[in-house]
Amino acid sequence: MTCFLLIAGRDLKLALRRGTDAVMVVTFFLLCVVLFAFGVGPDPSILGTISAGVIWVTALLASMLSLERLFQTDFEDGTLDLLVLGAAPVEATVMAKALAHWLTTGLPLTISAPILAVLLNMNAEGFATLMAAMALGTPSLTLIGAIGAALTVGARRGGVLLSLLVLPLYIPVLIFGVAAVNAAITGDAAGPFLMILGALLLVALAMTPLAGGAALRLAVE
Amino acid sequence: MSSFAGEKLECVRGERAVFSALDFTVEDGGALQLIGPNGSGKSSLLRLMASLIKPTAGRISWNGGNVADEPEAHRARLHYIGHLDGIQPLLTVAENLRFWAGLRPEGLNSNPGDATTEALDGFGLKALANIPCRFLSAGQCRRLALARLLAAPAALWLLDEPTTALDDDGVCAFHDAVRRHRAKGGVVVLASHGTETIEDARTLDLRAHGGIAVNRLV
Repeated sequence: MTCFLLIAGRDLKLALRRGTDAVMVVTFFLLCVVLFAFGVGPDPSILGTISAGVIWVTALLASMLSLERLFQTDFEDGTLDLLVLGAAPVEATVMAKALAHWLTTGLPLTISAPILAVLLNMNAEGFATLMAAMALGTPSLTLIGAIGAALTVGARRGGVLLSLLVLPLYIPVLIFGVAAVNAAITGDAAGPFLMILGALLLVALAMTPLAGGAALRLAVE
Repeated sequence: MSSFAGEKLECVRGERAVFSALDFTVEDGGALQLIGPNGSGKSSLLRLMASLIKPTAGRISWNGGNVADEPEAHRARLHYIGHLDGIQPLLTVAENLRFWAGLRPEGLNSNPGDATTEALDGFGLKALANIPCRFLSAGQCRRLALARLLAAPAALWLLDEPTTALDDDGVCAFHDAVRRHRAKGGVVVLASHGTETIEDARTLDLRAHGGIAVNRLV
Protein backbone atom coordinates (compact mmCIF):
# COMPACT_ATOMS: atom_id res chain seq x y z
CA MET A 1 0.00 0.00 0.00
CA THR A 2 2.84 2.37 0.83
CA CYS A 3 4.40 1.58 -2.54
CA PHE A 4 1.05 2.16 -4.24
CA LEU A 5 0.80 5.65 -2.76
CA LEU A 6 4.47 6.30 -3.48
CA ILE A 7 4.10 5.48 -7.18
CA ALA A 8 0.78 7.32 -7.57
CA GLY A 9 2.21 10.30 -5.67
CA ARG A 10 5.28 10.40 -7.89
CA ASP A 11 3.17 10.39 -11.06
CA LEU A 12 0.94 13.16 -9.71
CA LYS A 13 3.97 15.21 -8.73
CA LEU A 14 5.40 14.76 -12.23
CA ALA A 15 2.08 15.78 -13.80
CA LEU A 16 2.03 18.90 -11.63
CA ARG A 17 5.65 19.78 -12.48
CA ARG A 18 4.99 19.36 -16.19
CA GLY A 19 1.90 21.45 -15.53
CA THR A 20 0.49 20.85 -18.98
CA ASP A 21 -1.15 17.43 -18.67
CA ALA A 22 -4.55 18.33 -17.24
CA VAL A 23 -4.64 21.70 -19.02
CA MET A 24 -3.86 20.06 -22.37
CA VAL A 25 -6.59 17.45 -21.95
CA VAL A 26 -9.25 19.99 -21.02
CA THR A 27 -8.18 22.37 -23.80
CA PHE A 28 -8.36 19.54 -26.33
CA PHE A 29 -11.82 18.62 -25.01
CA LEU A 30 -13.00 22.21 -25.32
CA LEU A 31 -11.54 22.78 -28.80
CA CYS A 32 -13.03 19.61 -30.24
CA VAL A 33 -16.49 20.38 -28.90
CA VAL A 34 -16.29 23.91 -30.30
CA LEU A 35 -15.19 22.49 -33.67
CA PHE A 36 -18.32 20.34 -33.72
CA ALA A 37 -20.44 23.39 -33.13
CA PHE A 38 -18.77 25.14 -36.07
CA GLY A 39 -19.06 22.08 -38.29
CA VAL A 40 -22.69 21.24 -37.59
CA GLY A 41 -23.87 24.82 -37.69
CA PRO A 42 -25.49 27.09 -35.11
CA ASP A 43 -28.93 25.46 -35.01
CA PRO A 44 -29.52 25.02 -31.22
CA SER A 45 -31.92 22.10 -31.61
CA ILE A 46 -29.46 20.00 -33.65
CA LEU A 47 -26.65 20.82 -31.22
CA GLY A 48 -28.84 19.87 -28.29
CA THR A 49 -29.69 16.52 -29.89
CA ILE A 50 -26.10 15.52 -30.57
CA SER A 51 -24.59 17.08 -27.42
CA ALA A 52 -24.34 13.90 -25.33
CA GLY A 53 -22.69 11.96 -28.14
CA VAL A 54 -20.24 14.74 -29.00
CA ILE A 55 -19.17 15.22 -25.39
CA TRP A 56 -18.63 11.51 -24.86
CA VAL A 57 -16.69 10.90 -28.08
CA THR A 58 -14.50 13.91 -27.39
CA ALA A 59 -13.90 12.89 -23.77
CA LEU A 60 -12.91 9.44 -24.99
CA LEU A 61 -10.36 10.87 -27.42
CA ALA A 62 -9.06 13.34 -24.83
CA SER A 63 -8.43 10.62 -22.28
CA MET A 64 -6.38 8.75 -24.91
CA LEU A 65 -4.03 11.71 -25.37
CA SER A 66 -1.67 10.99 -22.52
CA LEU A 67 -2.17 7.21 -22.34
CA GLU A 68 0.79 6.46 -24.59
CA ARG A 69 3.17 8.00 -22.06
CA LEU A 70 1.67 6.09 -19.13
CA PHE A 71 4.46 3.48 -19.12
CA GLN A 72 6.57 4.57 -22.09
CA THR A 73 8.72 7.20 -20.35
CA ASP A 74 9.43 4.83 -17.46
CA PHE A 75 10.35 2.12 -19.94
CA GLU A 76 12.72 4.39 -21.82
CA ASP A 77 14.61 5.71 -18.80
CA GLY A 78 14.89 2.34 -17.05
CA THR A 79 12.49 3.09 -14.19
CA LEU A 80 10.21 0.25 -15.30
CA ASP A 81 12.93 -2.31 -14.48
CA LEU A 82 13.13 -0.88 -10.96
CA LEU A 83 9.36 -0.86 -10.57
CA VAL A 84 9.19 -4.52 -11.59
CA LEU A 85 12.03 -5.39 -9.19
CA GLY A 86 10.57 -3.30 -6.35
CA ALA A 87 8.58 -4.52 -3.38
CA ALA A 88 5.22 -3.62 -4.91
CA PRO A 89 3.61 -6.28 -7.12
CA VAL A 90 3.47 -5.17 -10.76
CA GLU A 91 -0.32 -5.25 -10.53
CA ALA A 92 -0.23 -2.54 -7.86
CA THR A 93 2.12 -0.46 -10.02
CA VAL A 94 -0.37 -0.59 -12.91
CA MET A 95 -3.24 0.50 -10.66
CA ALA A 96 -1.21 3.28 -9.04
CA LYS A 97 -0.28 4.72 -12.42
CA ALA A 98 -3.89 4.35 -13.64
CA LEU A 99 -5.11 6.26 -10.58
CA ALA A 100 -2.69 9.10 -11.23
CA HIS A 101 -3.76 9.15 -14.89
CA TRP A 102 -7.43 9.35 -14.00
CA LEU A 103 -6.86 12.15 -11.50
CA THR A 104 -5.07 14.20 -14.16
CA THR A 105 -7.39 13.44 -17.10
CA GLY A 106 -10.71 11.78 -16.17
CA LEU A 107 -11.43 14.03 -13.22
CA PRO A 108 -10.83 17.35 -15.07
CA LEU A 109 -12.94 16.02 -17.97
CA THR A 110 -15.80 15.14 -15.62
CA ILE A 111 -15.68 18.54 -13.99
CA SER A 112 -15.56 20.48 -17.26
CA ALA A 113 -18.26 18.41 -19.00
CA PRO A 114 -21.27 20.49 -17.79
CA ILE A 115 -19.63 23.70 -19.05
CA LEU A 116 -19.35 22.17 -22.51
CA ALA A 117 -22.90 20.87 -22.22
CA VAL A 118 -24.02 24.49 -21.87
CA LEU A 119 -22.06 25.42 -25.00
CA LEU A 120 -23.85 22.65 -26.91
CA ASN A 121 -27.28 23.70 -25.65
CA MET A 122 -27.86 20.45 -23.78
CA ASN A 123 -31.10 20.32 -21.82
CA ALA A 124 -30.26 21.20 -18.20
CA GLU A 125 -32.08 18.04 -17.05
CA GLY A 126 -29.12 16.03 -18.32
CA PHE A 127 -26.28 17.83 -16.48
CA ALA A 128 -26.31 15.84 -13.25
CA THR A 129 -26.59 12.52 -15.09
CA LEU A 130 -23.81 13.58 -17.48
CA MET A 131 -21.47 14.18 -14.55
CA ALA A 132 -22.47 10.94 -12.85
CA ALA A 133 -21.99 9.00 -16.08
CA MET A 134 -18.60 10.63 -16.69
CA ALA A 135 -17.54 9.93 -13.10
CA LEU A 136 -18.37 6.23 -13.64
CA GLY A 137 -17.20 5.99 -17.24
CA THR A 138 -13.87 7.85 -17.33
CA PRO A 139 -12.16 5.50 -14.81
CA SER A 140 -13.09 2.62 -17.12
CA LEU A 141 -11.53 4.49 -20.03
CA THR A 142 -8.30 4.94 -18.07
CA LEU A 143 -8.22 1.31 -16.90
CA ILE A 144 -8.90 -0.18 -20.34
CA GLY A 145 -6.37 2.24 -21.78
CA ALA A 146 -3.78 1.17 -19.21
CA ILE A 147 -3.96 -2.41 -20.53
CA GLY A 148 -3.38 -1.10 -24.05
CA ALA A 149 -0.53 1.14 -22.87
CA ALA A 150 1.14 -1.77 -21.07
CA LEU A 151 0.82 -3.95 -24.18
CA THR A 152 2.32 -1.35 -26.50
CA VAL A 153 5.25 -0.39 -24.24
CA GLY A 154 8.40 -0.54 -26.27
CA ALA A 155 6.58 -0.74 -29.60
CA ARG A 156 7.65 1.69 -32.29
CA ARG A 157 4.85 4.14 -33.13
CA GLY A 158 2.97 2.68 -30.18
CA GLY A 159 0.49 5.57 -30.14
CA VAL A 160 -1.32 4.55 -33.31
CA LEU A 161 -1.33 0.90 -32.30
CA LEU A 162 -2.69 1.90 -28.91
CA SER A 163 -5.65 3.74 -30.48
CA LEU A 164 -6.48 0.77 -32.71
CA LEU A 165 -6.32 -1.53 -29.72
CA VAL A 166 -8.20 0.55 -27.20
CA LEU A 167 -10.85 2.54 -29.09
CA PRO A 168 -13.00 -0.51 -30.00
CA LEU A 169 -12.99 -1.51 -26.32
CA TYR A 170 -14.33 1.93 -25.41
CA ILE A 171 -17.57 1.35 -27.35
CA PRO A 172 -19.65 -0.10 -24.46
CA VAL A 173 -18.74 2.84 -22.22
CA LEU A 174 -19.68 5.23 -25.01
CA ILE A 175 -23.04 3.56 -25.70
CA PHE A 176 -24.20 3.43 -22.10
CA GLY A 177 -22.73 6.83 -21.25
CA VAL A 178 -24.69 8.52 -24.03
CA ALA A 179 -27.81 6.44 -23.31
CA ALA A 180 -27.82 7.52 -19.66
CA VAL A 181 -27.66 11.22 -20.55
CA ASN A 182 -30.33 10.93 -23.27
CA ALA A 183 -32.61 9.03 -20.90
CA ALA A 184 -32.27 11.80 -18.32
CA ILE A 185 -33.06 14.47 -20.94
CA THR A 186 -36.16 12.67 -22.24
CA GLY A 187 -37.35 12.01 -18.71
CA ASP A 188 -36.72 8.24 -18.72
CA ALA A 189 -34.89 6.43 -15.94
CA ALA A 190 -31.11 6.86 -16.29
CA GLY A 191 -30.43 4.54 -13.35
CA PRO A 192 -30.10 1.26 -15.28
CA PHE A 193 -27.58 2.78 -17.69
CA LEU A 194 -25.53 4.19 -14.83
CA MET A 195 -25.59 0.76 -13.20
CA ILE A 196 -24.26 -0.82 -16.39
CA LEU A 197 -21.49 1.81 -16.46
CA GLY A 198 -20.72 0.85 -12.85
CA ALA A 199 -20.62 -2.81 -13.81
CA LEU A 200 -18.22 -2.04 -16.68
CA LEU A 201 -16.02 -0.17 -14.20
CA LEU A 202 -15.97 -3.16 -11.84
CA VAL A 203 -14.96 -5.49 -14.68
CA ALA A 204 -12.20 -3.08 -15.70
CA LEU A 205 -11.02 -2.82 -12.07
CA ALA A 206 -10.69 -6.60 -11.90
CA MET A 207 -9.12 -7.10 -15.32
CA THR A 208 -6.61 -4.26 -15.52
CA PRO A 209 -4.21 -5.34 -12.75
CA LEU A 210 -3.99 -8.87 -14.15
CA ALA A 211 -3.71 -8.01 -17.84
CA GLY A 212 -1.60 -4.88 -17.35
CA GLY A 213 0.75 -6.63 -14.91
CA ALA A 214 1.31 -9.54 -17.26
CA ALA A 215 1.96 -7.13 -20.14
CA LEU A 216 4.54 -5.15 -18.14
CA ARG A 217 6.38 -8.31 -17.10
CA LEU A 218 6.65 -9.21 -20.77
CA ALA A 219 7.79 -5.68 -21.61
CA VAL A 220 10.90 -5.84 -19.39
CA GLU A 221 12.00 -9.24 -20.75
CA MET B 1 28.93 -22.91 1.28
CA SER B 2 28.21 -21.22 -1.98
CA SER B 3 25.90 -18.29 -1.80
CA PHE B 4 24.83 -17.36 -5.30
CA ALA B 5 25.13 -19.89 -8.11
CA GLY B 6 23.90 -20.76 -11.56
CA GLU B 7 23.94 -24.16 -13.25
CA LYS B 8 23.79 -24.99 -16.95
CA LEU B 9 22.18 -21.66 -17.78
CA GLU B 10 21.00 -21.00 -21.28
CA CYS B 11 19.62 -17.75 -22.61
CA VAL B 12 17.85 -17.31 -25.93
CA ARG B 13 17.19 -13.80 -27.23
CA GLY B 14 15.44 -13.23 -30.54
CA GLU B 15 15.58 -16.93 -31.43
CA ARG B 16 19.34 -17.22 -31.10
CA ALA B 17 21.22 -18.60 -28.15
CA VAL B 18 23.27 -15.89 -26.45
CA PHE B 19 25.03 -18.39 -24.20
CA SER B 20 24.50 -21.94 -23.03
CA ALA B 21 25.83 -24.42 -20.47
CA LEU B 22 26.98 -21.56 -18.28
CA ASP B 23 27.86 -22.21 -14.61
CA PHE B 24 28.90 -19.73 -11.98
CA THR B 25 29.30 -19.56 -8.22
CA VAL B 26 29.97 -16.60 -5.95
CA GLU B 27 30.55 -17.05 -2.24
CA ASP B 28 29.54 -14.66 0.53
CA GLY B 29 31.68 -11.58 0.24
CA GLY B 30 32.76 -12.61 -3.22
CA ALA B 31 32.72 -10.81 -6.53
CA LEU B 32 32.23 -12.09 -10.04
CA GLN B 33 33.34 -10.07 -13.00
CA LEU B 34 31.68 -10.83 -16.33
CA ILE B 35 33.92 -10.14 -19.29
CA GLY B 36 33.49 -10.60 -23.00
CA PRO B 37 33.13 -8.55 -26.17
CA ASN B 38 30.00 -6.58 -27.12
CA GLY B 39 27.04 -8.86 -27.61
CA SER B 40 28.48 -11.79 -25.71
CA GLY B 41 25.58 -11.72 -23.24
CA LYS B 42 26.91 -9.88 -20.19
CA SER B 43 23.80 -7.75 -19.83
CA SER B 44 21.51 -10.68 -20.60
CA LEU B 45 23.17 -12.73 -17.86
CA LEU B 46 22.74 -9.88 -15.37
CA ARG B 47 19.07 -9.45 -16.26
CA LEU B 48 18.70 -13.20 -15.91
CA MET B 49 20.30 -13.07 -12.45
CA ALA B 50 17.92 -10.25 -11.54
CA SER B 51 14.96 -12.45 -12.59
CA LEU B 52 13.93 -9.82 -15.15
CA ILE B 53 14.23 -12.52 -17.82
CA LYS B 54 13.83 -16.24 -17.36
CA PRO B 55 16.52 -18.69 -18.44
CA THR B 56 15.44 -21.10 -21.17
CA ALA B 57 17.33 -23.82 -19.34
CA GLY B 58 19.20 -24.22 -16.06
CA ARG B 59 18.62 -22.81 -12.60
CA ILE B 60 19.88 -19.98 -10.43
CA SER B 61 20.11 -20.58 -6.70
CA TRP B 62 20.71 -18.57 -3.56
CA ASN B 63 22.07 -20.59 -0.60
CA GLY B 64 20.93 -23.70 -2.44
CA GLY B 65 17.31 -22.63 -2.94
CA ASN B 66 16.05 -22.10 -6.49
CA VAL B 67 15.28 -18.39 -6.93
CA ALA B 68 12.46 -19.21 -9.35
CA ASP B 69 10.58 -20.72 -6.38
CA GLU B 70 10.74 -17.54 -4.31
CA PRO B 71 10.75 -14.64 -6.77
CA GLU B 72 9.71 -12.01 -4.22
CA ALA B 73 12.44 -12.91 -1.75
CA HIS B 74 14.96 -12.81 -4.58
CA ARG B 75 13.81 -9.40 -5.79
CA ALA B 76 14.04 -8.12 -2.22
CA ARG B 77 17.66 -9.16 -1.83
CA LEU B 78 19.07 -7.64 -5.00
CA HIS B 79 20.03 -4.30 -6.45
CA TYR B 80 20.12 -4.16 -10.23
CA ILE B 81 21.78 -1.25 -11.99
CA GLY B 82 21.53 -1.46 -15.75
CA HIS B 83 22.70 0.76 -18.58
CA LEU B 84 19.78 3.11 -17.99
CA ASP B 85 19.97 5.16 -14.84
CA GLY B 86 16.20 5.24 -14.26
CA ILE B 87 16.35 8.92 -13.40
CA GLN B 88 13.28 11.09 -13.80
CA PRO B 89 14.58 14.49 -14.97
CA LEU B 90 11.77 16.51 -13.41
CA LEU B 91 12.39 15.22 -9.89
CA THR B 92 15.26 16.45 -7.75
CA VAL B 93 18.25 14.27 -6.90
CA ALA B 94 16.92 13.55 -3.40
CA GLU B 95 13.38 12.88 -4.64
CA ASN B 96 14.62 10.33 -7.16
CA LEU B 97 16.65 8.53 -4.53
CA ARG B 98 13.85 8.60 -1.97
CA PHE B 99 11.46 7.13 -4.54
CA TRP B 100 13.84 4.25 -5.29
CA ALA B 101 14.50 3.62 -1.62
CA GLY B 102 10.77 3.60 -0.96
CA LEU B 103 10.27 0.87 -3.55
CA ARG B 104 12.56 -1.42 -1.57
CA PRO B 105 10.84 -3.62 0.99
CA GLU B 106 13.13 -2.58 3.83
CA GLY B 107 13.03 1.03 2.67
CA LEU B 108 9.48 1.18 3.99
CA ASN B 109 10.40 0.64 7.61
CA SER B 110 13.79 2.25 7.96
CA ASN B 111 14.19 5.99 7.99
CA PRO B 112 14.69 6.81 4.31
CA GLY B 113 15.60 10.43 5.08
CA ASP B 114 18.88 9.58 6.83
CA ALA B 115 19.74 6.70 4.54
CA THR B 116 19.31 8.78 1.40
CA THR B 117 21.41 11.66 2.77
CA GLU B 118 24.19 9.23 3.61
CA ALA B 119 23.92 7.58 0.22
CA LEU B 120 24.15 10.94 -1.55
CA ASP B 121 27.15 11.84 0.60
CA GLY B 122 28.79 8.54 -0.34
CA PHE B 123 28.85 9.57 -3.97
CA GLY B 124 29.53 13.26 -3.43
CA LEU B 125 26.05 14.40 -4.42
CA LYS B 126 24.99 16.00 -1.14
CA ALA B 127 25.31 19.55 -2.45
CA LEU B 128 23.11 18.69 -5.43
CA ALA B 129 20.30 17.11 -3.38
CA ASN B 130 17.70 19.72 -4.31
CA ILE B 131 18.67 20.18 -7.95
CA PRO B 132 16.28 18.79 -10.58
CA CYS B 133 17.96 15.88 -12.35
CA ARG B 134 17.62 17.43 -15.81
CA PHE B 135 20.60 19.64 -14.89
CA LEU B 136 22.89 16.69 -14.07
CA SER B 137 25.75 15.56 -16.27
CA ALA B 138 26.04 11.96 -17.45
CA GLY B 139 28.58 11.20 -14.73
CA GLN B 140 26.46 12.78 -12.02
CA CYS B 141 23.47 10.73 -13.20
CA ARG B 142 25.62 7.61 -12.90
CA ARG B 143 26.66 8.57 -9.37
CA LEU B 144 23.01 9.03 -8.47
CA ALA B 145 22.12 5.61 -9.89
CA LEU B 146 24.95 4.06 -7.86
CA ALA B 147 23.79 5.89 -4.73
CA ARG B 148 20.78 3.53 -4.81
CA LEU B 149 23.15 0.79 -3.65
CA LEU B 150 23.79 2.68 -0.42
CA ALA B 151 20.28 4.05 0.12
CA ALA B 152 18.79 0.63 0.86
CA PRO B 153 20.66 -2.51 1.89
CA ALA B 154 20.60 -5.57 -0.37
CA ALA B 155 22.78 -8.68 -0.26
CA LEU B 156 23.28 -9.03 -4.00
CA TRP B 157 24.48 -6.27 -6.30
CA LEU B 158 24.08 -6.79 -10.05
CA LEU B 159 25.88 -4.02 -11.90
CA ASP B 160 26.05 -3.52 -15.64
CA GLU B 161 29.16 -1.51 -16.50
CA PRO B 162 28.75 0.58 -13.36
CA THR B 163 31.67 2.93 -13.94
CA THR B 164 30.59 4.21 -17.37
CA ALA B 165 30.90 8.02 -17.46
CA LEU B 166 32.34 8.17 -13.93
CA ASP B 167 35.40 10.33 -13.20
CA ASP B 168 38.34 9.02 -11.10
CA ASP B 169 36.74 10.30 -7.93
CA GLY B 170 33.49 8.53 -8.72
CA VAL B 171 35.32 5.28 -9.56
CA CYS B 172 37.09 5.49 -6.18
CA ALA B 173 33.78 6.02 -4.36
CA PHE B 174 32.34 3.06 -6.23
CA HIS B 175 35.24 0.75 -5.32
CA ASP B 176 34.96 1.89 -1.70
CA ALA B 177 31.29 1.01 -1.67
CA VAL B 178 31.99 -2.41 -3.19
CA ARG B 179 34.74 -3.11 -0.65
CA ARG B 180 32.49 -2.24 2.28
CA HIS B 181 29.62 -4.27 0.84
CA ARG B 182 31.84 -7.33 0.46
CA ALA B 183 33.30 -6.91 3.93
CA LYS B 184 29.74 -7.26 5.24
CA GLY B 185 29.37 -10.51 3.30
CA GLY B 186 27.57 -9.04 0.30
CA VAL B 187 27.87 -10.47 -3.20
CA VAL B 188 28.73 -8.40 -6.28
CA VAL B 189 28.36 -9.41 -9.91
CA LEU B 190 29.44 -6.84 -12.45
CA ALA B 191 29.89 -6.67 -16.17
CA SER B 192 32.84 -4.82 -17.62
CA HIS B 193 35.11 -4.86 -20.61
CA GLY B 194 37.98 -5.94 -18.43
CA THR B 195 39.75 -2.59 -18.46
CA GLU B 196 39.32 -2.20 -14.74
CA THR B 197 39.16 -4.88 -12.12
CA ILE B 198 37.73 -5.49 -8.71
CA GLU B 199 40.22 -6.87 -6.16
CA ASP B 200 40.38 -10.69 -6.02
CA ALA B 201 37.24 -11.06 -8.13
CA ARG B 202 36.59 -14.23 -10.01
CA THR B 203 36.17 -13.64 -13.74
CA LEU B 204 33.75 -15.31 -16.08
CA ASP B 205 34.55 -15.02 -19.76
CA LEU B 206 31.36 -15.28 -21.78
CA ARG B 207 33.29 -15.99 -24.97
CA ALA B 208 33.76 -19.52 -23.66
CA HIS B 209 30.03 -20.14 -23.68
CA GLY B 210 29.21 -19.81 -27.33
CA GLY B 211 28.12 -16.21 -27.50
CA ILE B 212 27.78 -14.66 -30.94
CA ALA B 213 29.74 -11.51 -30.44
CA VAL B 214 31.19 -8.90 -32.78
CA ASN B 215 33.86 -9.96 -35.26
CA ARG B 216 37.41 -9.04 -34.43
CA LEU B 217 38.28 -5.92 -36.39
CA VAL B 218 42.04 -6.37 -36.29
